[in-house]
Amino acid sequence: MTGNTTIHRMPSYLEYEGKYKGILGWLLSTDHKRIALLYLYSQTFFFLAGVVMGIFMRLELIAPGQQLMQASTYNALFTVHGLTMIFLFIIPGLAASFGNFFLPILIGAKDVAFPKLNLFSWYLFIGGALIILLGMFTGDGPPDTGWTFYAPYSLRTNTNVVLSVLGAFVLGFSSVLTGLNFIVTIHRMRAPGMSFFKMPLFIWAMYGTSWIQLLATPVVGITLVMVIFDRVMGIGFFDPAKGGDPILYQHLFWIYSHPAVYIMILPAMGAITEIVTTFSNRVVFGYKAIALSSLAIAFVGYLVWGHHMFTSGMSETSRWVFSLLTFLVAIPSAIKVFNWSATMYKGSLDLQPPFWWAMAFMFVFMIGGLTGLVLGSVATDVHVHDTMFVVAHFHYIVFGGAGLAFFAALHYWFPKMWGRMYNKQIANIGLLIVFIGFNTLYFPMFILGIMGMPRRYYDYLPQFATPNYISTIGSWILGVGLIIVLVNLFRAKKASPEFIDNPWNGRTLEWEIQSPPSLENFEEIPVIERGPYDLKK
Amino acid sequence: MEQNSAIHATHEHYDPIGSKLGMWLFIFTEILLFGALFIVYSVYRYRHPVEFHLAHQELNVFIGFVNTVILLISSATVAMSITAMQKGDKKMTLILLGITLILAFVFLVNKYFEWGAKIHHGIYPGSEFLLSLSQGDILFFGLYFFMTGLHAIHIIVGMVLLGWVYVRVKQNRVNQERYVFLENGGLYWHLVDLIWIFLFPLFYLIH
Ligand code: HEM
Ligand SMILES: [Cu+2]
Repeated sequence: MTGNTTIHRMPSYLEYEGKYKGILGWLLSTDHKRIALLYLYSQTFFFLAGVVMGIFMRLELIAPGQQLMQASTYNALFTVHGLTMIFLFIIPGLAASFGNFFLPILIGAKDVAFPKLNLFSWYLFIGGALIILLGMFTGDGPPDTGWTFYAPYSLRTNTNVVLSVLGAFVLGFSSVLTGLNFIVTIHRMRAPGMSFFKMPLFIWAMYGTSWIQLLATPVVGITLVMVIFDRVMGIGFFDPAKGGDPILYQHLFWIYSHPAVYIMILPAMGAITEIVTTFSNRVVFGYKAIALSSLAIAFVGYLVWGHHMFTSGMSETSRWVFSLLTFLVAIPSAIKVFNWSATMYKGSLDLQPPFWWAMAFMFVFMIGGLTGLVLGSVATDVHVHDTMFVVAHFHYIVFGGAGLAFFAALHYWFPKMWGRMYNKQIANIGLLIVFIGFNTLYFPMFILGIMGMPRRYYDYLPQFATPNYISTIGSWILGVGLIIVLVNLFRAKKASPEFIDNPWNGRTLEWEIQSPPSLENFEEIPVIERGPYDLKK
Repeated sequence: MEQNSAIHATHEHYDPIGSKLGMWLFIFTEILLFGALFIVYSVYRYRHPVEFHLAHQELNVFIGFVNTVILLISSATVAMSITAMQKGDKKMTLILLGITLILAFVFLVNKYFEWGAKIHHGIYPGSEFLLSLSQGDILFFGLYFFMTGLHAIHIIVGMVLLGWVYVRVKQNRVNQERYVFLENGGLYWHLVDLIWIFLFPLFYLIH
């Protein structure tokens, strides 16, 4: 099936030895593929840490009354869980790992435009993470503000807010530089013949993402610095006692943080597009619509931040305007879902594990998206605001959406990245368990939210007991599923290499080079003559 | 394998247009960073028009004016150094860069005296005296110190950057054929100048 005899094999990026050997060969490497793996491993580590915290929270919530921790511990736990998952796992997300690995390859380039800057971004990422970690173990204990750092509480609490905020600021820097690097790479380093409308759709998604990273992050960056100065020097930007306005903080925070949701989800959608196309064995349906919808999402995503503040005190007009704008984002998102379905329709489906992951993604993402409309309309939001409904919704989007896509991408590109294949049957079983666990864990939270259970509480009234109990059991199932999935991949990585340059019959550029790729990806820069998904003659 | 590493080692990617594009994008993010502060400024000015009006009279327009002129001249000298480099006049490039650095330093000295005077009068964030004033005063001076302070940090960053450019020019690593690093340093310096052009009227001039 694979025409590997024709490919002249070079030492792969994994074996290649440059100026430095051993661990330094990784920590000082400017090869985008090695940097991608550095991100991948650190992100996975943070993800697992976050999962452990999540499972502990669910354990506390298994029954009414205090189970294993005090209220203040719970507050710290959901804060650090949120910080870890959002800033250390899902915002760098697919962009930092798979984007770094495949963006240059998919446009036929040997590396990104600024390889050193790329490595520097990873160090900023790790630096930010270490600062946050430091904030957990020093001073007066981990922050308890929630990952949003809402003023004025974040100015008043005695916990270690400054370090967490500083860490988040450094992480923002890393994100900006990655976005900048990708934009320049896409503009300057496409292989000859690859016009914008011949780029694979994952690249379009990365392009939209990079612009959001660039345009939104500085605003929250400076806002976080203002919080630091409010705390350390008592300036009073957001302190009502000194004339500052906490609502202004919310505006500035969400001007970034809503677009950040699209930083998380756009690359995920891009990866899903690649997967759906490959396993449908068809040319993708509506190429331009998918490409432009990425930009549309990026653009409209800027205008909707106010939907987080319907209950914070806002004029009636701004409430319905923000509500309307929020509904508009559903259109480009739906375009993608429709086009994926249309691509599969009459395709000859190849039911491999990455495809099943993509299906799982579509299922939960649609639930997440539709419940997002409930939160986007003022009237219903007022009812479920700050309840478990919100917790369910955003886990469906960020975990069910971006998180599952992360695993889908991992299963899709795994053979390319390591030149090995995992056990497909175990991969499917693992996915099934994850999928069941996920829905058991989060679906009851929708019901709890509608019943009125508030979020961010370590205890609850007895009438909320049953759904909470089910939810906690779901967290165990999910945990088991994740272990199966990861162990399966880990074992595959250790297995002996195979010649699998193109195990899925993919048509984009990465499948035309050897697995794992050589240091420079292409010994000769390819000349692009056909569309990214056209069948080969 | 041996052979390969030799080939890879000599391979170097040089793209001046790409580098400049990168710098422009970065400058964009800096403008957005300050943009958020301008929003905060306008919101609070709108809330406390009278106090902001009175507080701004405390600032020394003369020093502000001198610093504006200094930055404008330094922007010109940086631009001229790029032209000199294009003409291959290394000595002139270094002189002009040197003047720019000196002017930047003078700016900081002025800032030091200006801030020093305020602090001497007990006006600084969190000071007892400031906290005894109205909310508008607290916010005005909070913004004043924060925004001009952030700008001063940008001056220092710019100086480090231009100092590095200076060394590179001296080593001939930046030369008539390859001077995008100098151009980028100049771009950054123009940004620093531009931001001041906004800060000066906002804090010193508007009535
Ligand atoms: C096994 C996996 C997970 C479990 C068991 C879990 C569980 C929880 C629980 C119980 C809460 C607190 C609800 C409350 O009391 O308000 C929570 C909050 C949160 N989770 Fe997760 N979660 C998991 C995975 C994730 C992932 C993958 C992400 C993001 C990618 C995520 C992001 C968040 C965020 C942002 C919060 C809000 C924190 C805050 O209120 O400040 N979680 N999670
Ligand atoms: Cu939002």
